[in-house]
Amino acid sequence: MELIILFSPLLGAIVGGFFWRSIGESQAIYLTIALLFLSCFLSWIVFFSHGAHVEKITLFRWINSGDLSANWSIRLDRLTSIMLVVVTSVSALVHLYSVGYMAHDENWKEDEHYKARFFAYLSFFTFTMLMLVTSDNLIQMFFGWEGVGVASYLLIGFYYRKQSANAAAIKAFVVNRVGDFGFALGIFGLFMLTGSINFDDIFYAAPKLADTRLTFLWSDWNAANLIAFLLFVGAMGKSAQLFLHTWLPDAMEGPTPVSALIHAATMVTAGVFLVCRMSPLMEYAPTALSFITVLGAFTAFIAATIGLVQNDIKRVIAYSTMSQLGYMFVAAGVGAYSVAMYHLFTHAFFKAMLFLGAGSVIHAMHHEQDMRNYGGLRKKIPYTFWAMMIGTLAITGVGVPLTHFGFAGFLSKDAVIESAWAGTNAGFPFWSLVVAALLTSFYSWRLMLMTFFGEPKEDSQVYSHAKESPMVMLIPLGILGIGAILSGMIWYSSFFGKDYQVAKFFGMESEYYQKSLDGSDDNANKINIVGIEEKIPPAGAIFMGPENHVLHDAHYAPIWVKISPFLAMLAGLFMALWFYVWDKKKPAQWASTLDPVYRLLLNKWYFDEIYEAIFVSRAKAIGRFFWKKGDVGIIDGIINGIAMGIIPFVTRVSTRLQSGYIFSYALGMVLGIVALLSWMIFSVGIN
Amino acid sequence: MITLEHYLTVAAVLFVIGIFGLFLNRKNIIILLMSIELMLLSVNINLVAFSSFLNDLVGQIFTLFVLTVAAAEAAIGLAILVSFFRNRGTIAVEDVSVMKG
Repeated sequence: MELIILFSPLLGAIVGGFFWRSIGESQAIYLTIALLFLSCFLSWIVFFSHGAHVEKITLFRWINSGDLSANWSIRLDRLTSIMLVVVTSVSALVHLYSVGYMAHDENWKEDEHYKARFFAYLSFFTFTMLMLVTSDNLIQMFFGWEGVGVASYLLIGFYYRKQSANAAAIKAFVVNRVGDFGFALGIFGLFMLTGSINFDDIFYAAPKLADTRLTFLWSDWNAANLIAFLLFVGAMGKSAQLFLHTWLPDAMEGPTPVSALIHAATMVTAGVFLVCRMSPLMEYAPTALSFITVLGAFTAFIAATIGLVQNDIKRVIAYSTMSQLGYMFVAAGVGAYSVAMYHLFTHAFFKAMLFLGAGSVIHAMHHEQDMRNYGGLRKKIPYTFWAMMIGTLAITGVGVPLTHFGFAGFLSKDAVIESAWAGTNAGFPFWSLVVAALLTSFYSWRLMLMTFFGEPKEDSQVYSHAKESPMVMLIPLGILGIGAILSGMIWYSSFFGKDYQVAKFFGMESEYYQKSLDGSDDNANKINIVGIEEKIPPAGAIFMGPENHVLHDAHYAPIWVKISPFLAMLAGLFMALWFYVWDKKKPAQWASTLDPVYRLLLNKWYFDEIYEAIFVSRAKAIGRFFWKKGDVGIIDGIINGIAMGIIPFVTRVSTRLQSGYIFSYALGMVLGIVALLSWMIFSVGIN
Repeated sequence: MITLEHYLTVAAVLFVIGIFGLFLNRKNIIILLMSIELMLLSVNINLVAFSSFLNDLVGQIFTLFVLTVAAAEAAIGLAILVSFFRNRGTIAVEDVSVMKG
């Protein structure tokens, strides 16, 4: 069954990519969709039926070279099954949605076939993403990691006639390479220190790594911290964390379903998944974890501030994605891996929903993406409006405070914030996240108010032509809406419930779980299990060290902590209403009074400009040097010199040798014989 | 007393004359043929001289074969010559350079 889940998207990609001509374009599309839904269906079966234990399915031996041995295998545990349902569900719905969204595209001429290619890319992406999440060793994970990078590149640059799309695709690829460099170094380091790249061996060796020193670059480092940091650099690239985030907003050049699938729900969460997957190592790397926490907090805050002033509807949601990824990393950084996965899980639903809803709006508005030209669309596209409303309620975190009743984002975001409070003693990351929650609420409602309320600002042509998207686009929105409403409540106790519930869900050997078996509920009485059994990696999908009580402490947060995100949400909502409904001059006033701040935000904190000045221009200068001097000057020079100088010279000389006169040939023969004979005579004479 | 060396000297002189006739001659293809014959004959002299010197008849028998082949070759060469003259109207060696590169 796992094999079918894994390989049916690949089959779809191959058929859709190479054989659509033989079975017809629409048949190829339906085939890929059917295969994806099959995969999705089986994933849910696995999710519900597979327990918390770790199961390994070896497919074949992949690499066996010296000490390095890697099998191509599936590691099936709770983390994997969560990711399986997230990836296949969103992917299947996006496939279905794309039938409507991609039906007519002005980037292509009437007789051009682009749809089968699009679906093949989507299926290929799904396959590599599944490869990533099911891997049992770092090499296979790296394969999936790079595979999703390739698929992302292909899909961002799908409109390859657009200059900006090509530039964005290359940017995404290059920025991700920077992160992958760190990831690869981390893998090398782990292999050097543990002699293996299989997760079990690494997890088993993790406690020892914490006591190992490793010399790297100019200094001596703690091995666990260094490697955890290097792996996180890879995660930073993939998950668009600060400093390596610049590619994500530009990636919105791709078709909107792609943004929903890759740049919101699945690929960008691969970094979070990596940190959670490596939790047995991360637990022994406290410094790296603090770095993750702080960077995640910064990302959540800065991305949210940029989101405040963007006007492109997709860019707002892109920065929102980046901000939410920051939340996940804060949760992972303080050691609450299950909470990070919780937010990942709920975020996948509501963010995919927001993106698909935005796609529906864009579709209705004839590919107009500037929100300033929207307005009053509520009545025109009611289903899309309600879908977006659910997504907004979910992302801003609407629910009943102090209960477990609310939209998905309410529960998971509160869980993250409470964990941040418990993990950092109400430090900077906690406050940063609360402020980010306020900003999230503000820009989300701003998006809603500018798009769906108010008067239509577009010249009435486009507005009057705006019509609701077809059913094939609305059904995925509806299904995702159910997920965005319910997924938080249903799985609350599994991800963020009592300690023994979480431990049970993830199959961890926790002292709380032990105690719960004895009949007592969780309590403050904590027993440290001394060490872990020899030769056996920690059980379960994630690992929380004996000292890690974040999850436990988070439940004992004071009430003001628990309601702070809710209050932030209300404040953001009122600010948005005040700015965009009650006093419409306010935004312009604020923009002019706070002009430097406004410009800073509008220009995305000048990250692109700084990188341009520091890295890009230098890289271009080096590139130009190698192009002009190295390639044109030396390599072309050598080849041209040989081809145009030496060879014609030799040719001229040898042409003259071929005179056509018998007597000159005869002379040559005689001279040759004389030379040969004298050589023979003299060489024999010497001997 | 005429010794082996004398014979060999004569043969060598004839051979060198043949060679020089071959590539100093720019006029006439017939002279080319004659030069080749001359070289063959000088080799024959060598063969006969060694044969008598070593008391071995094989060399002289071989000479007869070479003479036969040389006669056949001269016949073929002359035939080519006649045919060449008919086609080109000249037998000057300098004009024979169709194969010039």
